[in-house]
Amino acid sequence: MSTILEIMSRDHRRCDEDFSQTEQLVADGDWSGGQQAFAGFRDSTERHFATEEELLFPRFEQQTGHTMGPTQVMRMEHIQMRHLFEDMQQAIANRDKKRYLGLSETLMMIIQQHNMKEEQMLYPMMDQVIGADANQLLERVAST
Amino acid sequence: MLNTAGLSLQQAPPISIPLRFFLTAPLFGLAAGVLLLAYGDVSLVSRWLPSTLAATHLLTVGFLAMVMCGAMLQMLPVMAGSPVPRVKLVGSVVHALLSLGTALLAGGFLTGSSAILLGAIGCLGLGFAVFVVATGVALYRVAQAHAATAGMKLAVAALVMTVALGSMAAASYTGIGGTGTLRFLADVHLVWGLMGWVGLLLMSVSFQLIPMFQVTAEYPRWLTWWLPRGVFLAMILWLVYGLSVPNTPERLASTLIIGVIAVLLVTFSLFTLMLLRRRKRRIVDSTLMFWWVGMVSMPLLALFWATGYFVPFLADSPEFSMVLGVGLIFGIGYPLVNGMLYKIVPFLSWFHLQNRQLALMCLTVNIPHMKEFVSDRASRGQFYSYLVTLLLALLAVWNPGWLVRPAALMLISTNLLLIINLVRAVYRFRSAYRQLSEMSAASVGIR
Repeated sequence: MSTILEIMSRDHRRCDEDFSQTEQLVADGDWSGGQQAFAGFRDSTERHFATEEELLFPRFEQQTGHTMGPTQVMRMEHIQMRHLFEDMQQAIANRDKKRYLGLSETLMMIIQQHNMKEEQMLYPMMDQVIGADANQLLERVAST
Repeated sequence: MLNTAGLSLQQAPPISIPLRFFLTAPLFGLAAGVLLLAYGDVSLVSRWLPSTLAATHLLTVGFLAMVMCGAMLQMLPVMAGSPVPRVKLVGSVVHALLSLGTALLAGGFLTGSSAILLGAIGCLGLGFAVFVVATGVALYRVAQAHAATAGMKLAVAALVMTVALGSMAAASYTGIGGTGTLRFLADVHLVWGLMGWVGLLLMSVSFQLIPMFQVTAEYPRWLTWWLPRGVFLAMILWLVYGLSVPNTPERLASTLIIGVIAVLLVTFSLFTLMLLRRRKRRIVDSTLMFWWVGMVSMPLLALFWATGYFVPFLADSPEFSMVLGVGLIFGIGYPLVNGMLYKIVPFLSWFHLQNRQLALMCLTVNIPHMKEFVSDRASRGQFYSYLVTLLLALLAVWNPGWLVRPAALMLISTNLLLIINLVRAVYRFRSAYRQLSEMSAASVGIR
């Protein structure tokens, strides 16, 4: 049985790979490939967010009684990333490579510092608090 | 019991704290250049000359330690999940004491005044003590230990040793302590400073940041466990050996121990280069180019050092230790730190603006993205000027008469470019910040 930390960290890495692929396609000027890859990246990231926002965070908040704690900060950062997704989508639509690469660099930074906080703190805490019942659910999510 | 109450993930210090460290550092880099320009070829004749000591410390304390301290105050909450207590106060005090202490240290070396040197020891000793206590508390409280925090603890311990030994060496230099042990003290001081504090910190930060930001495979676990501990153990061994067998620093055992440290550091750099070569993120930016230089310099320098062991006339020449010094400080430490600045400063600017925007709910203002704070062109230009400086500085060791002043001029210009790039980023940050406040005030007025 895997832990929340393992499953969700693995998912982070998978999103990172989708991200890198998109960035490279855009850098090479392959706009149709880039657009498709971006949609894929955005999808996998949104699925990751959904797992957290709809499954893990509520359970964790229920158990700990904190709704304004770490999960709230994570939700805020999801909002920040979604803003960037919008801008990046726009940059692809406008074929604006320079702007896309500036935005993707920014997104990369926020994603990674966000992931660090989750992987260093939040997921290990979750494994302690809601580990037993959440990871079965997660394994199902991960295998779909 | 799990403590979640004290944990808010938004414990980053106000942006003015890290920025003041980052903006001060290139000023000291610039000062080192001015000094070399003024003193010319004398500065590269021997590591013991006042102007050489002053320039070295302007770069190591004024540039390297300045950025590293600021970055650690900023990054500990994120990287280790543990905020630095009283970070505003700690940051202000540490920054002020390090700045004053560095200036006094350089002044003390140049004038030979023991009063000024004592003032420097006081300022730097106190400044680093505050830093070590504050980050020590944060590192002690880390709940989820991992490779990066373990290495950081060792790096901070090495900093304590470096400062203590440096103070003793400086006291000895002024004639307060005995001078007989000066060479030994200075050698231990520089090994603990450059390989311990700088080397271990950059190494452990890389363990965490390189796989994440360059989308590479992880460093193998044995490597992240053994390398920092190995370097630290070897440094202790080397110190104990040096203390127990005084006045014979050139013994085989001593060389072997340093050799072990070199092998460990080279292993790290080769692994990093390999990971980077296979990275999934293919974009090449100036941070990556700076890191390549640092990682390539490490094995080359080790090779040079090892050659010296088999070619005694090379090792005995004064140029030998000068090349090692220039290489370690300016070929490895400087580019890694310089490169890091181009990620941290634009990101912090963006991040604080974005938070401000969400707090004000003022979504009509467009926040600049990271490359609008420092453009690729600007950071690349500074990178190339750095590269020329490094090559000139290395060549200047062999031909100081011709090349010290050109190298000094390049050192000045690369630091000037860095200052311009950073100040421009801060300027953009402030104008966007002001715009946000004005728009939000206006929309409140409308309501």
